Amino acid sequence: MARFIARRLVGMLLVLFAVSVIVFVIFNVIPGGDPAQRMGGREATPELVAQINKDWGFNDPLPVQYVDMMKQLFSGDLISYQNQDNVIQRIKDGIPITFSLAIGAAVIWMGVGILFGYLSAIKAGRFTDVTLTILALIGISLPVFFIGAFFLYYFTFKWKIFPTGGYVKFTQDPWGWFTHLLLPWICLAILYVGFYSRLLRSNMLDAMNEDYVRTAKAKGLTERQVRIHHVLRLSLIPIITLFGLDFGALLGGAIIIEYIFSLNGVGGYAFDAVAHLDLPPLMAVTMFGAFLIVLFNTLVDIAYAWLDPRIRLGTSAA
Amino acid sequence: MAGDPYAEPPTLPGGGAIAGEAGIPSAPEGIAIEGRSPTYLAWRRLRRNKVALGFAGLFIAIVLFCLAAPLWAHDVAHTGPDDQHLTDKITIHGNPTYVVDPSGIPLGPGLHWKYLLGADQSGRDVMVRLMYGGRNSLYIGIMAALVMSVLGVALGLIAGYRRGWADAVTMRTMDVIWAFPVLLLAIAISTAIAASGTGLRLGFVTIAGDSLWIPILIIGVVYVPYICRVVRGEVLALREKEFVEAAVAQGKGPLRIMFGELLPNLWSTIIVFFTLNIANAMLLEAALSFLGVGVQPPEASWGNMASDGFSVIYSSPHLVLIPALMIMLTVLSLNVFGDGLRDALDPRAKIRLEAQATAEEAGP
Repeated sequence: MARFIARRLVGMLLVLFAVSVIVFVIFNVIPGGDPAQRMGGREATPELVAQINKDWGFNDPLPVQYVDMMKQLFSGDLISYQNQDNVIQRIKDGIPITFSLAIGAAVIWMGVGILFGYLSAIKAGRFTDVTLTILALIGISLPVFFIGAFFLYYFTFKWKIFPTGGYVKFTQDPWGWFTHLLLPWICLAILYVGFYSRLLRSNMLDAMNEDYVRTAKAKGLTERQVRIHHVLRLSLIPIITLFGLDFGALLGGAIIIEYIFSLNGVGGYAFDAVAHLDLPPLMAVTMFGAFLIVLFNTLVDIAYAWLDPRIRLGTSAA
Repeated sequence: MAGDPYAEPPTLPGGGAIAGEAGIPSAPEGIAIEGRSPTYLAWRRLRRNKVALGFAGLFIAIVLFCLAAPLWAHDVAHTGPDDQHLTDKITIHGNPTYVVDPSGIPLGPGLHWKYLLGADQSGRDVMVRLMYGGRNSLYIGIMAALVMSVLGVALGLIAGYRRGWADAVTMRTMDVIWAFPVLLLAIAISTAIAASGTGLRLGFVTIAGDSLWIPILIIGVVYVPYICRVVRGEVLALREKEFVEAAVAQGKGPLRIMFGELLPNLWSTIIVFFTLNIANAMLLEAALSFLGVGVQPPEASWGNMASDGFSVIYSSPHLVLIPALMIMLTVLSLNVFGDGLRDALDPRAKIRLEAQATAEEAGP
């Protein structure tokens, strides 16, 4: 097990290294990405540009620049080109917002997704199933900004049920925190509810034909016991895998939702950075997001290996 | 998509399904039964799925709607997709009305052929723009799905058939693509290219900063892992089959086996994924354009129309909601049709489901 985990961690570092190199290369290869020119402004004299290039080390060979940037990233001294503020600090400020958003949405989508999937599976082919299937298909077909804009217009503006965008700290006003985040949570959750309920439904339908389910029934368990303790439990494993991956990705920032509801989380920060072609924040946010994705990926793999010895044995034999 | 659901048509319970299907007369004694190809069987199953066909019809209707853009623009609305009418007035119920009134609020949707769906802040006809924008959105969706299918299938075939280092390299590359925050990567690339002014030079081809091919290539690449992994998985199972062994024994080279023997067995997967991926690609295009990094103005797309409208959402919500609704309808039609296609091509999934439903009916 220890060897398996070690291998996974090394793999994780390699992927992160590749991601950082790619982001760096993209920004240095694509023409027009000259940061000194932009920092100097429209009227920059060649002397000023040269001075900026010198001060910020833009004249150094690319590998040197890359190493410098990585050093700054990990020591927490990374400074943005655009407004010269500390990138790591900005990300730290954004984390409570982004995490509040992701965790709340995840609670809703897992709860509702599992409920819908379960109902859909046990009522397969009937009215409930058909209705839920239609809802799920609509859910996965909605562009995020459609629900976002719809909610924003009707719930916060027209009917004034919820406050308009922005973020309220939980420690200051828990109720305000909740009302400000409820709409973004629902917006994010709708998409995933669709995917998860459909996946759970098909997994459960598959599982219902398995031998162990027949055995459980033969043992004299009630239909309900079999469904919950045997069918649902097994069918949840792939759902939890998927959850790990999606949740990891979401923790890295939900750009569109943060933008629509004016939440200045990590995603909102990334969006600002991109608009100014600001490499340091973009690098930091991408690394942060990729780290979370890879981390959750690895956690899922480890959990699987722990649950199923065949996986870790197979991998260590290969 | 476990294993190779489409790999072995002869052993599929196709024969069983025929017997169970209504309206298929069983052949009288002494008359040879004509062979029915898996494609024919799939088509017949699809034809009976009225919901899937209905949504396929909806998709075709949307495509036709968008193709009719020049007709509508020329003969009904008498304006182009980018023509601004900031100071114009039109007559509604005998009253002259501003297209964009002096306080900046554009005309809303209503029963007037010009500006059927209202105007936007610049006085552009939303209906005309919606039709032209749809062309771009659909074009990007289809082309991106094509790019990702070609790349994903080719890489998946090579990785699955050659295994060894080819597999390792491909799969690690997929891991890296997978690890990228998709939207962020796409935004970064397209912003950088758009800002460059000169566009992206790939060898001797130059892609302009406002070319539709930028979102197409970005979307095409970021979604490659989805297809590549599935194809690879199927190829890993298929390559152990006798027909591959036979092909090797005949002295066929790896390329001929991959594209001549294995590829035909992957068609059903590819087609299903292609349909669903047009939907995914259109959603991502919408998201990119909404964030201002997909289709560049003045060129329209449903995503950037919604984006333009978002700034005036409180006064003119229709500017966001109408294009967003079009995206939803298109994506929904593709998703439902794709699902029907999957059921038709993988009858086992459907049969399981029906068996389950029957068991339920018979149960307590």
